[in-house]
Amino acid sequence: MIGRQPDENPAGIHLPLDPLPGHTSRGRLERVLRRGEFAVTTELNPPDSADPEDVYNRAKIFDGWVDAINAVDASGANCHMSSVGICALLTRMGYAPIMQIACRDRNRIAIQGDVLGGAAMGVANMLCLTGDGVQAGDQPGAKPVFDLDCMSLLETCRIMRDNGKFLSGRKLTTPPQLFLGAAINPFAPPIDFRPYRLGKKIAAGAQFVQSQYCFDVPMFRAYMQQVRDLGFTEKCFILCGVGPLASAKTAKWIRSNVPGIHIPDQVVKRLEGAQDQKKEGKQLCIDIINEVKEIPGVSGVHVMAYRQEEYVAEIVDESGVLKGRQPWKREIRRDDQLVADRLDHILHDEITETQVDMVKTAH
Amino acid sequence: MPETTPAITQATLVKKAAPKSDYKPADVSPQRRVQRSFAVRLWSIRHSRLLEWFYSRFADMFLLLHPLWKGIGYGRVEGPIKFVEKRVKGFMFDCRMCGQCVLSSTGMSCPMNCPKQLRNGPCGGVRANGNCEVEPDMPCVWVKAWEGSRNMVHGDKILDVQKPVDQSLRETSAWLRVTAQAAAAREAASNAAKTGASG
Repeated sequence: MIGRQPDENPAGIHLPLDPLPGHTSRGRLERVLRRGEFAVTTELNPPDSADPEDVYNRAKIFDGWVDAINAVDASGANCHMSSVGICALLTRMGYAPIMQIACRDRNRIAIQGDVLGGAAMGVANMLCLTGDGVQAGDQPGAKPVFDLDCMSLLETCRIMRDNGKFLSGRKLTTPPQLFLGAAINPFAPPIDFRPYRLGKKIAAGAQFVQSQYCFDVPMFRAYMQQVRDLGFTEKCFILCGVGPLASAKTAKWIRSNVPGIHIPDQVVKRLEGAQDQKKEGKQLCIDIINEVKEIPGVSGVHVMAYRQEEYVAEIVDESGVLKGRQPWKREIRRDDQLVADRLDHILHDEITETQVDMVKTAH
Repeated sequence: MPETTPAITQATLVKKAAPKSDYKPADVSPQRRVQRSFAVRLWSIRHSRLLEWFYSRFADMFLLLHPLWKGIGYGRVEGPIKFVEKRVKGFMFDCRMCGQCVLSSTGMSCPMNCPKQLRNGPCGGVRANGNCEVEPDMPCVWVKAWEGSRNMVHGDKILDVQKPVDQSLRETSAWLRVTAQAAAAREAASNAAKTGASG
């Protein structure tokens, strides 16, 4: 018998898991969250290349530390490998990707096609986003599409899954089985509308949400209090977005150039006062995780370590949020390993067999 | 060095490489360029309760005139009504003539003025001062919508999930559509009452 990990299809790691009652998807993330375990998700920095190895290498550093990997859809309106492409590669290798869909670049015809395509490849989680404006990225002259918005996109996916229909009402032969996600930003005005907006997203179909970078824990705590009072934590899994800041300079730059990320002064001061700012940024992230994990209603963290992906494992390890649990890890199956060990030499031995030689030895 | 790289993003490089000339357009998004100053728009939002009251009377009046519209033919009145609607709503709300007005659900702040044309609430990029991510000098349409909706009697309609825009209805009259739909609903209701009473 092959040593199996929890949440793995014994017939092959790239195959969807068995359906469970009450689950809408056949993915690993939904299982982890519904079991009540503290989930960890992260973001894969999409490569600017056509080499699949770039994706595999970037995913490998998260092995055994995260429950799902976000495949970003041209984040910041910058061109990168598409989220569908990244998901195709990740699902082949058995990873649990969260396919991000942004409304900026595609209209409802393309998006509904991608939802079906993604689900057919085994993508179980989809995150519906509005997307940054085109002026923020490297192609400010592009046509902003915004045919749907995040809310109507969520609803579209929910209709496809639950009613088995396109937005037009045309029937699907096999509806996609999805765990639907959305993004929240508790740190941007209008602050008092933000909890209700989460309610709208839940009504539209959101089952889990990932928040924007949280650097202001009291603000997040106040938001969570309101969300709990409204009873939304029972209907939706909330993952708090966290991440390390590389330096005080970076923090200041983000604060003034990236709209929607709120960094309080004391965070910048703490970084400025540190000897090793990078290390302090990591420690700050760990401290924030330790604080937010105690807030009731928080079901997990979403670690966004842009260009510091190598720190994700350390951050997760040192914060101890997994409590000894090991998320799924890509390993070679034992029988494959056996074959590989026995036959490995044929890859390296240089045996050139010519027919003339073979005749000589064949007696 | 990862510490220094975030200072130069692709967007900065693109901006630097853009051809230099004396003419620099003031606004970033084409949406904003077709609008005037937003003083009137903000007035409308401040007086959302008054406008809500006025709008419901106005809709009733339009519905009363349904036989007239029907007599002349909705197709024939569309031209002149649209002419008036476009100018009035254009002046009051910077209307973009999407043809499916949701002003009453959005605190009298037209969501089509959002550079992302969001119809279900603010995006995550609203600046700390409540201005738009794309147009730094423009107050976020949805911050204003939330303020406006708080003054309204039926302000909680802002919590309804709006359907995506039907682009095929652009540049058509929302007033006539709403009136015709209300008339049809009224007719269906009276028919149902009749059959209910006789059966």
